[in-house]
Amino acid sequence: MPENSRSFRKVAAAVAVALLATACTGQSGSGASDDPSKETTLTFWHAWSAPGEVAAVKSLVAGFEKKHPNIHVTVVGGMTDDKINQALRAGGSKAPDVISSFTTNNVGKFCSSGALVDLNPFFEKSGIDPEATFPKAMNEYTQFEGNRCTVPLLGDAYGLYYNKTAFAKAGIENPPRTWSEFEADAKKLTIGDGDSYKQLGFMPNYHGWESTTEHYLAQFSPTYFDADGKSNIAKDPAFEKAFTLQKRLVDELGGYRRLETFRSKLGDEWGPQHPFHTGQVAMQLDGEWRLAMAEEAKPGFEIGVAPLPVPDDRIDQYGKGYITGTIAGIAANSTKQNAAWELVKYMTTDTDAVVGFSNAIHNVPSTLAALKSPKLTYDPRFRTFLDIAANPHSTTTPASVNGGVYLVTIQQFGYDYESGKARDLKAGLARTAAQIDTDIAQAK
Amino acid sequence: MSAASLAAKRRRSALRTLAFLSPWLIGFAVFFAYPLLSTVYFSFMHYDGFRTPQWSGAKNWRYVFAHYPLFWPALRNTLWLVVVMVTLRVLFGLGVGLLITKIKTGTGVFRTLFYLPYLAPPVAATMSFAFLLNPGTGPVNSLLERAGLPAPGWFNDPSWSKPALTLLALWGIGDLMVIFMAALLDVPKEQYEAAELDGASSWQRFRYVTLPTISPIIMFAVVTGVIQTMQYYAQPLIAGKVASGVIQGAGAQFEPGYPDKSTLTLPQLVYNLGFQRFDYGSACVVALVLFALSMVFTALLMRRRGGLIQAGD
Repeated sequence: MPENSRSFRKVAAAVAVALLATACTGQSGSGASDDPSKETTLTFWHAWSAPGEVAAVKSLVAGFEKKHPNIHVTVVGGMTDDKINQALRAGGSKAPDVISSFTTNNVGKFCSSGALVDLNPFFEKSGIDPEATFPKAMNEYTQFEGNRCTVPLLGDAYGLYYNKTAFAKAGIENPPRTWSEFEADAKKLTIGDGDSYKQLGFMPNYHGWESTTEHYLAQFSPTYFDADGKSNIAKDPAFEKAFTLQKRLVDELGGYRRLETFRSKLGDEWGPQHPFHTGQVAMQLDGEWRLAMAEEAKPGFEIGVAPLPVPDDRIDQYGKGYITGTIAGIAANSTKQNAAWELVKYMTTDTDAVVGFSNAIHNVPSTLAALKSPKLTYDPRFRTFLDIAANPHSTTTPASVNGGVYLVTIQQFGYDYESGKARDLKAGLARTAAQIDTDIAQAK
Repeated sequence: MSAASLAAKRRRSALRTLAFLSPWLIGFAVFFAYPLLSTVYFSFMHYDGFRTPQWSGAKNWRYVFAHYPLFWPALRNTLWLVVVMVTLRVLFGLGVGLLITKIKTGTGVFRTLFYLPYLAPPVAATMSFAFLLNPGTGPVNSLLERAGLPAPGWFNDPSWSKPALTLLALWGIGDLMVIFMAALLDVPKEQYEAAELDGASSWQRFRYVTLPTISPIIMFAVVTGVIQTMQYYAQPLIAGKVASGVIQGAGAQFEPGYPDKSTLTLPQLVYNLGFQRFDYGSACVVALVLFALSMVFTALLMRRRGGLIQAGD
């Protein structure tokens, strides 16, 4: 063999070994052998950043440290999933032992990759039954294929806000309970102004802040995936019904283009000029946080709160809604997993801790006991969201191996369908299902 | 001198050369060669950032080119921006440079006025433009409507979103203006005087004196413009998000290129695939496409021009 060729092979082999060595990053097992009764310091990463929220997290952790004087917690805020992912991968002395994320999107990835430990053995060891502790939907979104690698840390419930003054003017006595009633009310509440609106009954477009596909779909109790893990959106009639309803609302309330032009003139979702606050939109699909935000904006009308309507043939399920929330988990590369479990257990299952945190953050408590706690302090209208969270018919979006990609794909089809770019609903749903399956196959 | 001592001398000389070159060679190896080789390597691996990478052959390449629905719209948008935005920026930068070098009074004021927008942080500048060009409440459309002119949807209309981004890029022309101004002031005055004596018109003076002299600078502006546009990320992402009105919370999934994928660029896909979907293999494929495109554009331009530095330059 020529000398040059041998040298080249040696160099190539060395480069390959170096690349493999650098690429194979550490991944520890979930063996928890630390003694939680010993003096230790944990690192807890969370995503909250507003001063009031950060103070609430500090207070929550202070409560834990009081109960466990040997465990100290270093709290780091403002951490998004991309940073959390990097830290979970790299590990190290400054990496978090406990993480918390605002989104349930990456639960599937965190569980399937083993980045967060399965908490089932910890629950068993502590004699806690998650099914009896957390609401049904929250149990669903914190696990993936039987691996419960996360736990709910407060939740969000979605309902209907309505302008009681506008309702009275339009002669509507009660909030709508079915989508048929909702359609009629939305039309009655809509007051045109040339090409625009003086008042819009409801902004149905998928870009209308929280009126996303998954929030509409929740009221139809869809099954996103079949038993084989394949997309079910072309087979489950719930999807066709939900898309049809939204498109009808778009057409009846003025058409996509007119609604989009009006929407572009409205204030943003998180500011005081939100169109529901200003009275430009009379009904709003939104999460529990909107109540405090709307009252703070001092609207010139009385705000009503109700569950979102249900399909006419499911009136018995009125009271349900879409549920999501913040999650917490323990890093697989943490060497203090038993101590970390003590922190996670306290933050997510101690009724007083959950209630105190919920009172401070104005989110929905995430345990069944906390939802009934007399220590909860809230506006009486907030009760609607507590009931939605506890309702066994309430639904969520399931965890997937590639996170929330399938939701974005469905939403993309929603944009095409509402705008008229896609006209054949059945064919569009079949195409979307195929895309979801392809994306999942790519992630596996 | 014996053959052995000659060889030893040559070896010493080679080692000395290598020693002098080593800081650059180490930098090149660490910051360019290694990342590039790693990107090629990972483009053939299934790697989610957590588990050990596994060989997946051409699967990532097939996925990106045949099944990833955002790739082709993002590629089309990126190419549109390279062709239209870079061309307009170079022409506008040259025009402003010419204007600034010609005016006699208030030169300092005009130079400052044209340069200042370039200093604005991209996020703030893009958000300001999104509010200025808001089709419903923005002052630009109010003025257009008052003048009886059609008011476009700007960032809310798929056919106007890229022209709106181009306007934003032209507003921040300060960088090119300074470069062209320096090049224009460097053109020997004698050449203009000789051309004038020969009866050359102002266009002929520009065409036959100015342009050949500053052509390496034009080439530099085009090549760097192409590379910058290949990396165009913050402005289209922010414009799309602000105009859509849907500002998702931290860590939420990516909404691609509002409106109707028209502001989607290839670097956004690298972030989406790599850091939101944790599909590092496919992200590497898109990164390599960007690299290849940059190389092709640069090679074509350099070949046509014969390099940045020509004989006599």
